[in-house]
Amino acid sequence: MRVLSADGTFAPTPAAERYLPLIEGLADAELEQFYRDMVTIRAFDREATNLQRQGQMALWPPSLGQEAAQVGSARAARTQDHLFPSYREHVVCTIRGVDPVDIIRLMRGNTHGGWNPFDPANGNTHLYTLVLGAQALHATGLAMGIAFDGRSGSGDPERDEAVIVYYGDGASSQGDVHEAMVFAASYNAPEVFFLQNNQWAISVPVATQAKVPLYRRADGYGIPGAQIDGNDVLASFAATRAALDSARAGEGPQFIEAVTYRMGAHTTSDDPTKYRRRDEEHEWAGRDPIARFGSYLRGRGASERFFDEVDEAAREYANDTRVRTLALQPPEAETMFAHVYSEPHPRVQEQREWRRQYEATFDVAAAETGASE
Amino acid sequence: MSVAAGIDVTAGTESAPRADARPAAEVTRGIEKMTITRALNEGLRRAMTESDRVVLMGEDIGQLGGVFRVTEGLQAEFGERRVLDTPLAESAIVGTAIGLAMGGFRPVCEIQFDGFVFPAFDQITAQLAKLTNRHEGALSMPVVIRIPYGGHIGAVEHHQESPEAYFTHTAGLRVVSPSTPHDAYWMIQDAIRSNDPVIFLEPKGRYWIKGDVDTADRAAPLHASRVVRQGTDVTLVGHGAIVAMLLQAAELAATEGTSIEVIDVRSLSPVDFEPIVASVHKTGRMVYVQEAPGFTSLGSEISATVSERAFYSLEAPVLRVSGWDVPFPPAKLEGAYLPDVDRILEAVDRSLAY
Repeated sequence: MRVLSADGTFAPTPAAERYLPLIEGLADAELEQFYRDMVTIRAFDREATNLQRQGQMALWPPSLGQEAAQVGSARAARTQDHLFPSYREHVVCTIRGVDPVDIIRLMRGNTHGGWNPFDPANGNTHLYTLVLGAQALHATGLAMGIAFDGRSGSGDPERDEAVIVYYGDGASSQGDVHEAMVFAASYNAPEVFFLQNNQWAISVPVATQAKVPLYRRADGYGIPGAQIDGNDVLASFAATRAALDSARAGEGPQFIEAVTYRMGAHTTSDDPTKYRRRDEEHEWAGRDPIARFGSYLRGRGASERFFDEVDEAAREYANDTRVRTLALQPPEAETMFAHVYSEPHPRVQEQREWRRQYEATFDVAAAETGASE
Repeated sequence: MSVAAGIDVTAGTESAPRADARPAAEVTRGIEKMTITRALNEGLRRAMTESDRVVLMGEDIGQLGGVFRVTEGLQAEFGERRVLDTPLAESAIVGTAIGLAMGGFRPVCEIQFDGFVFPAFDQITAQLAKLTNRHEGALSMPVVIRIPYGGHIGAVEHHQESPEAYFTHTAGLRVVSPSTPHDAYWMIQDAIRSNDPVIFLEPKGRYWIKGDVDTADRAAPLHASRVVRQGTDVTLVGHGAIVAMLLQAAELAATEGTSIEVIDVRSLSPVDFEPIVASVHKTGRMVYVQEAPGFTSLGSEISATVSERAFYSLEAPVLRVSGWDVPFPPAKLEGAYLPDVDRILEAVDRSLAY
């Protein structure tokens, strides 16, 4: 399903027909926001990659090239929805209100989390999960609970809740993803499985993960599946909005395969030149989601001043990220003893106390050394 | 059900005196005799009655009542939304329980047998155990994972193992194991009440042994170890099904003039070391007994800690009696694998010989 062709022409495929009312209902300001989201996160992503190269982070997983799939789907979610990212959905997080520096704190080694998903400011965005596909089960469980509590299926899309889980073509081979789809179907969970097929799981091509297009797997679970052009932000928005609304209405889980491309490396530790062809990268560069949507907006009459202003704001956003990253302080060592359990735990308390006293001996030693000089 | 050599399955756990024994009239008021399976069932029923956020999930636990009938009748009483007959996927049982807990539920998962917990290993050790820490305290994980464990039932592979060390080694988990119907009744309720994940290990070899349950008084908190027999010469320490065997060994030793103190660890993580260390201060000798393989096990940890904390009281090195460091053998050999009273008394003799 595609709405915009690669050159930005409005040319819906037959499969897109039923989604057109959702797209036609979008105001100019909303369309401009989609574009702003994509440009902003690309600038941020580039800055984060540079910061990693400069030693400011342990690792960075770039989202370069996947902006349309992520922006469209995140903008399709309603306020009350829950989102479970994998670890590359930076713009999904920021659209929902997460501070981008919180993502950096995770990748920098300051925290294993980064933000509080239960703080309304973070828009029900759950934490990144680094074990592939593990979060699919958490999303399914949360969605089952929503259904059990009657917080979906009332028929009121402004009230009914739904859950969307993000993962990739590599994670689609994980048993947890399979089990999540089995459970979601069995319990009619209000959940959307959003698979970004970016063609590569580090060095392993999608052809090794699946012998059929991934969206066809959904049928085996009794879940409606759709394949969309993941570099078309309008297709992503419309398909996800429709799927989430079906799920929240009590129609059970839904599945979307967004076909996209990881234009950058898997992470900053990766070197794609070792396993993929340069001409393939060029080919996908011709389908760049931002260039495509920019052309579409220009065709609708967006001014160059708008584009210049978006670029300038994105630069400022990235620069602000940089400044705040460089100002980050490492956590206190004692914080590793905090929140291991919700309730007091003697072993953790004893070890924290032991370390405290051990550290204090250095202070005493330093004081004595100072006194003797 | 087969019975391993040396275990008298008719030896009721009620013979174990409570350390804080009360006047008889007061104790008898709420007392009922029941098996561990029934005690668990009653405990689950009470927890589910007290909070409608408690949900049970697992394979065959609804209509069938579980392969050991621990959940018998609960689906009929509380409905299919409270007692979920799940698809057969252990990782998903735990993984969706995590999601349900994120939504405010208090899930109690049943893993059908000890050896079937490993498909859920990532969800337990890398997800469930770490999520409170990863959320910096903004999320609690009140999930209980019930696992029938241990040998003595003559079953096929993967049905008789003692996997507790995998879980006691993992920060973020609490691990407990009741050895009597009374503890089963109370500890399952306390585990459900805990805001942390609890691995709840049920000694399936003792499932059908009857004992007194005082439904009015829990007697000991979830994470307390307990002296279940007083003695002065040697301290025997263990958990789960082994505790009954320790008491039997103590009876036999008494006929030979050796006074043995027996401690039921009850909580495998955290371990309540005080009663153990206090006992060793008194006896100067300790033997840890467990079904699990001995290498890097609960017995290793408790032995090391007692050596550190009671060094000047020890008259002999702390000894251990364990399953051998081999795969749990075919059932015909389980009697040769599992510790029995003779091996325990041999260790007692060795300890006394120092």
